[in-house]
Amino acid sequence: MKIGTPKEIFDGEARVAMTPESAAQLQKLGHECIIETGAGAKAGFADADYKEAGVEVAKTAAALWKAADVVAKVRVPDDAEMKRLRADQTLISFFSPVADEAKMKQAAKKGATVIAMEMIPRISRAQKMDALSSMANIAGYRAVIEAGNNFGRFFTGQITAAGKVPPAKVLVVGAGVAGLAAIGTSTSLGAITLAFDVRPEVAEQVESMGAEFVYLDFEEEQQDGSASGGYASVSSPEFREAQLAKFRELAPEVDIVITTALIPNREAPELWTEDMVASMKPGSVIVDLAAEKGGNCKLTVADEKIVTDNGVTIIGYTDFPSRMGTQASNLYATNIRHLMTDLTPEKDGVIDHNMEDDVIRGATIAHAKEVTFPPPPPKVAAIAAAPKKEAPKELTAEEKRAKELAEFKTQTRNQVGLLAVGGALVLAVGLVAPASFMQHFIVFILSVFIGFQVIWGVAHSLHTPLMAVTNAISSIIILGALIQIGSSSMLITLLAALAVFMASINIFGGFLVTRRMLAMFQKS
Amino acid sequence: MEYGFTIAAYAVAAVLFILSLGGLSGQESAKRAVWYGIAGMAIAVLATLIGPGWGLSGVSIILIGLGAAVGYQLATKVQMTQMPELVAIMHSLVGLAAVFVGFNADIMINNMSALFVENGGVLGAVAADGYTAVGLPKDIYEGLSSFGQLIAKKTSVEINILRIELVLGIWIGAVTFTGSVIAYGKLAGKVDTSANKLPGGHLLNAGAAVLSLLFTIMYLSGAGSWTLVLLTLLALFIGYHLIMGIGGADMPVVVSMLNSYSGWAAAAIGFSLGNDLLIVVGALVGSSGAILSYIMCKAMNRSFVSVILGGFGGPAGEQMAVEGEQVAIEADGVATALNEADSVIIIPGYGMAVAQAQQAVSELVKKLRAKGKNVRFAIHPVAGRLPGHMNVLLAEAKVPYDIVMEMDEINEDFPETDVAIVIGSNDIVNPAAQDDPNSPIAGMPVLECWKAKQVFVSKRGQGTGYSGIENPLFFKENTRMFYGDAKASLDKLLPMID
Repeated sequence: MKIGTPKEIFDGEARVAMTPESAAQLQKLGHECIIETGAGAKAGFADADYKEAGVEVAKTAAALWKAADVVAKVRVPDDAEMKRLRADQTLISFFSPVADEAKMKQAAKKGATVIAMEMIPRISRAQKMDALSSMANIAGYRAVIEAGNNFGRFFTGQITAAGKVPPAKVLVVGAGVAGLAAIGTSTSLGAITLAFDVRPEVAEQVESMGAEFVYLDFEEEQQDGSASGGYASVSSPEFREAQLAKFRELAPEVDIVITTALIPNREAPELWTEDMVASMKPGSVIVDLAAEKGGNCKLTVADEKIVTDNGVTIIGYTDFPSRMGTQASNLYATNIRHLMTDLTPEKDGVIDHNMEDDVIRGATIAHAKEVTFPPPPPKVAAIAAAPKKEAPKELTAEEKRAKELAEFKTQTRNQVGLLAVGGALVLAVGLVAPASFMQHFIVFILSVFIGFQVIWGVAHSLHTPLMAVTNAISSIIILGALIQIGSSSMLITLLAALAVFMASINIFGGFLVTRRMLAMFQKS
Repeated sequence: MEYGFTIAAYAVAAVLFILSLGGLSGQESAKRAVWYGIAGMAIAVLATLIGPGWGLSGVSIILIGLGAAVGYQLATKVQMTQMPELVAIMHSLVGLAAVFVGFNADIMINNMSALFVENGGVLGAVAADGYTAVGLPKDIYEGLSSFGQLIAKKTSVEINILRIELVLGIWIGAVTFTGSVIAYGKLAGKVDTSANKLPGGHLLNAGAAVLSLLFTIMYLSGAGSWTLVLLTLLALFIGYHLIMGIGGADMPVVVSMLNSYSGWAAAAIGFSLGNDLLIVVGALVGSSGAILSYIMCKAMNRSFVSVILGGFGGPAGEQMAVEGEQVAIEADGVATALNEADSVIIIPGYGMAVAQAQQAVSELVKKLRAKGKNVRFAIHPVAGRLPGHMNVLLAEAKVPYDIVMEMDEINEDFPETDVAIVIGSNDIVNPAAQDDPNSPIAGMPVLECWKAKQVFVSKRGQGTGYSGIENPLFFKENTRMFYGDAKASLDKLLPMID
């Protein structure tokens, strides 16, 4: 098969979908490669480099589209390119099945196969071809660099002979790939970095990158990102309010805000409102990585840098990866190359478009004259779902009542049974024993009963103090000895004296030790 | 005995004692609860001294003072790790005191009947109404001590009941005495800790018990005080043999069981002296000890009856052979794993107490927590040698009690835990309890630490633990043995955590 890459037509796009390096790899798979002349120029790859790597150079775009069986490019093809797309040709490109629905249908009608890089599922196996991640990584890094470029101070705090410099405070909103890359860059530049995400489970990742996770005081069950394939989803109004309140609190403190909040196939949520911008210090910088989808800040102007009245710079560039053409091209071309590897399992230059494969099926949006979007859910879950807390089985009201009733009945039966047996025993004793004994016996029975009732409630960790206390009070035996000690018999007095002595050791020792133990228990 | 205010004071004291035990349901209220107990005891002793114990009360006060000095010394000098020994030896004192008081009652009965004979009467004779006892002449009666008066008033039926009660008190007291002394010896390492039984085992105990019963009957039918002495000797033997037959690892149950026994002894004596407070408190202590033993038994999956009768344990059949090899690790390896871990669970056991390592453990926890790691303690209900032993030691080392978890609270969390550290515990983390039906501890709930990603076992050497059972945990693939004294090992480890 011949894999071709045309020059990107989109204004200012510096990336290219094939590099000399990736071309060499593609050829090892048995493919031939062709590139339009000047396609790699902006990314720093000359035609000569491609030729050296064994890539055919086509003079015009038309020639390339004609020659190639597989066209790999970066941006969604424009109308002219769509016309060039022909039946049985495979197009690999960024292609939003929602925004570019018309083009998707057109391609399907033509009989072309379209693989959208956006649609590569987020499973471990597909990470090597996940162009969104590789581009987001660059965007996150570049966002910090752009911010620094427009920020009048150091990132890191310094104490110099010329005065003290406070460290910059950076807030990263959205801890996806771009957000994490921004966090990493920002912390390594020495800024104090805060990060926020609607998915609390990323807090760990954020903290591992050296930033502080901003927690909300919010009780509602927070999102489990694993349910939505690792992406954020829409949050409840209450949650949004709590989130905005937190941002309002942070706005006057932070110097740089980088917003990266995107929800797949939706307008970007507004997170940084105008009043927050107004409360920021002059000279602060906002980098809105969601500018293309309308921006997380409503003041953002896509593709432009503006300065507000209070001196806050808002950067709305949408071409961060393109601004680092060489790096971005290398990564993107590698993503494409990995995808081709999966498409040519036999390494014989023959493409096997296996619609049973989760990754290929997921990314293919047009195939065999049909639109194949949306894909069925992948067979492998993207991320292991958080273990569900075992909800106690909801019983219906009747079941509950029936259960309670049954429990009540058994309990009653047990209690009545025990009472009957116990009562009979006491009665039996009472029949033979004299009344004076029975008076004490009642006291005894009641005490045992109270003991049982009281001890069940004692906390597990206090069992040792409980033993010490009961040990101390078991020396109540001293009363017996005290009563006997005044007897006229020497022997009795002696034995009683010994008993008094031993019991009082126990009293004092027992209570003191208990107090020592309890004094140690403390809460954190 | 007709002292109205004494009875009133006893009622107050009884209420205070109940409050004291009930107050132990929480750490905070427990501090108040001890004061209730102390106040209750003070009221009880004072009321007795002023009331029925007035005779020779000067001597009593001196003796109490002496006892206080000794008790103070014991309580303040003792290491927290020796708490089990202390509690055990103090039980023995209560037991012995009960024996003495019981004997006194018997002596007094003999003295009284002699006195009656002198005055031409019979102790326990009943008047014409068939109900009231015929007492001594008034002048002689008033010359008696209050205890003497108590007995002089009794009818023959009451005297017999009194004898039953004092036999019970002496018997239980004697069992408690030797049992506690042996328990103390085992806990302090002065007596061999493994389960030792004389030839004959349970039969010997049963024989002694039957003989005791025989002597009781003889004593009741008036055979004289020598039967009581023999009976006491038998009880002393039973106490000794009962506890000798129990392995060291089961000491928590034994200690709380002896606690219970000492309570019952006090209650029995209370009956014979007609002292309600003794009955109340004895019953409270007895039932609380019994419940505690029951809770312990459930934690170890053992039958309550077999514990009370003593001598449980011992293999039930061929045990599974353990395959594999114990892999040792040095401090730096443990440190690396801890530095990388996010969640750590520490399982302390008696070994930590022996090595006095709780301070080092606390230090380690502080360091790990400062780094934002989730560090918790998993406490098995029978860890250590006393119920709640580990909690006390950790509290001493200022480990906050809200990170100290019970087995049921934490057992499910092991699979999500990066590192589990076993410090000086063995049986309570033994997977054989679940895997090997022939293991002596089969069915006992254990802490499933082997489910953690990595397990480190801090242990002195390769030998088996207290119970002498091989622990397959040590041979698991994710287990590394961190040999050495727990405190020394931790001290080596501490500087490497950063």
